[in-house]
Amino acid sequence: MKKAPKRFLVVLVAALSVFLLFVNAYAKEPYKIGALFAVTGPASFLGEPEKNTAIMLKDQINKAGGINGHPLEIIIEDTKSDETQAVLSAKKLLENDKVLAIIGPSTTGESMALVPILNTAATPLLSCAAGAPITQPVKDRTWIFKTPQYDISAVEAIYGYMKKQGISKVGIITISTGFGDAGKKALLEIAPKYGMTIVAEEKYGPKDSDMTTQLTKIKAAGAQAVINWSVGPGQVVVTKNWEALKMGIPLYQSHGWGSRKNIELAGKAAEGVIAPLGRLVIWDKLPDNHPQKALLKKYTQDYVALYKSDPGTFGGHAYDSIMMLVEALKKVGPDKKKIRDYVETNIKKWPGTGGIFNISPDDHCGLDKSAFEMVVVKNGDWEILK
Amino acid sequence: MLTVFLQFLFSGLTVGAVYALVGIGFNITYNATSIINLAQGEFVVIGGLMMWFFSESLQLPFFVSVAFTIFSAGIVGLLMERLTIKPLKNPDLLLMIMITVAVSIVLRGILMFSFGKDPYVYPAFTEGEPLSIYGAIIQQQTLWVIGITGFCIILLFFFFKKTMVGKAMLACAVNPTAAKLVGINVSRMVMLSFVLSAVVGAIGGMAITPISLMEYDKGPMLAVKGFCAAIMGGLGTNRGAVLGGFIIGILESMTAGYIHSGLKDAVALIILLLILFFKPAGIFVSKAMHQLRKY
Repeated sequence: MKKAPKRFLVVLVAALSVFLLFVNAYAKEPYKIGALFAVTGPASFLGEPEKNTAIMLKDQINKAGGINGHPLEIIIEDTKSDETQAVLSAKKLLENDKVLAIIGPSTTGESMALVPILNTAATPLLSCAAGAPITQPVKDRTWIFKTPQYDISAVEAIYGYMKKQGISKVGIITISTGFGDAGKKALLEIAPKYGMTIVAEEKYGPKDSDMTTQLTKIKAAGAQAVINWSVGPGQVVVTKNWEALKMGIPLYQSHGWGSRKNIELAGKAAEGVIAPLGRLVIWDKLPDNHPQKALLKKYTQDYVALYKSDPGTFGGHAYDSIMMLVEALKKVGPDKKKIRDYVETNIKKWPGTGGIFNISPDDHCGLDKSAFEMVVVKNGDWEILK
Repeated sequence: MLTVFLQFLFSGLTVGAVYALVGIGFNITYNATSIINLAQGEFVVIGGLMMWFFSESLQLPFFVSVAFTIFSAGIVGLLMERLTIKPLKNPDLLLMIMITVAVSIVLRGILMFSFGKDPYVYPAFTEGEPLSIYGAIIQQQTLWVIGITGFCIILLFFFFKKTMVGKAMLACAVNPTAAKLVGINVSRMVMLSFVLSAVVGAIGGMAITPISLMEYDKGPMLAVKGFCAAIMGGLGTNRGAVLGGFIIGILESMTAGYIHSGLKDAVALIILLLILFFKPAGIFVSKAMHQLRKY
């Protein structure tokens, strides 16, 4: 009986060391990355699916054993769609949480505010916003990348298709928000390159309820096609007005059209509307051997199963940013400089939700007009145009 | 040329009818309480979204959905008055207006959580091709909106001028103390005015949703434009609000058509400023009458 305590001690020590070993093997130090999303505020339609995507991916990765055994930790901060808040949250992530890289933010304005901060902090930023100035000029954007397609690429896809249809005179109508203004700029800038003449250029507010006036003017100006550049309910109202007016010229929408909700809302009026869309929303229409198909299918189905709604293109931007970062972490480990270099040089022919990325030292986005398919609405569904 | 002009005019009428209906809603609360209820825009949103809920989500018949929508909007108006306006110990006008702002924010939050941020729509009241007049088209739903606006004005006219309850409500606004002395239950009249304005707002929301779609945060824009309409015509007069609404709508549309669409909101507001500058009481209110008002 005297020996009992000693034996107990031995067992205890043995058990403890096995336990420690196990813990050690399982929980290596987590890789911490930050995420800035506009979860609330006017841009919350972007931030919400992005946040959901981040949470879903984190759980999936950790369930599968993490990154080389290191669990992935994503610290999500809400920027409230506000530049100042984005800067404050970014500083918190960098200084308090010591993150390896930051995903987001959701809007171009917020991303621009973070460019100098992340460059100074020498930490990679993988923005989920589309604006071209986020990554250009690239020599001042050493640490900055973005995953959404350029507006210009969407415009090129539209003009390229129009040219094939023999259209050369177009009327444009844009929403008076940052998205619409950026689109308008791109539309005007690229027009000469494709031999397009802009015969009318109209605007409307984000909450306007009738655009027949603007469309009537476009038609009177002799346009052969209308291009509407907006997100939100405005594009549905334009579509309904276009149908009611029986304009007799085709309606093109921006890549903001890529939500099945728009077809539902516009109903019959949506028939024949053409838009350049990323492949995420039309994954089921792609041929099986398309390099993006498998990942688009898995992402969409997982998301729908978890959140009972479509991820939309915006969730996809977060997916691309996170997966790029995860791949870099897997290959080079927790070193900010190496992560940046890896993303800049090794993301080649890399299929994501937004397209097939070819990031290079000259282009920190890596997508061009081939990221888009021209899609027409037919019988209440998308159909890819050849 | 005529076709284009008519098209601009019809577009203006469509938009103007919406402003007019919201403007009338402002007038009802104002006439009974002198309060400017800035949650009026949210009543319109409630109308549109509840109608969608009953008719599309629950698939109830049209008239049942209309009745339920009106009923639920009325309840919201009633709760708003009972929970926020009535408990006030010192009902100061400015304070009450601030309360309505707070209520509008709360309502918007509730709507966002229950309906999400997506826009909603349901079919127009009558199916069919838009009407064509000299080549310009006008959607059937626009005629419904204009018709419903007219109907509301006539009903409200009779209510305020010919019924005892309506007259009692007017009395409360002019002088609450005197109204109380002649035996009018002032508190109940105030409550009734909130219910009525919520109902009128909701009717407007039901009518415009097939045209303009409805989402949780459309309220403030509607409130601002409707308020402009009400002020332009003279607060408290319904024909003023209707005329104001149509003037603003048509001006916006003509500016967009003949000058540039980027300027339409600015021009409409400049005209409003000019009217207020030369006729501060609004088009239909005389100076003497204006001086009797608190606001």
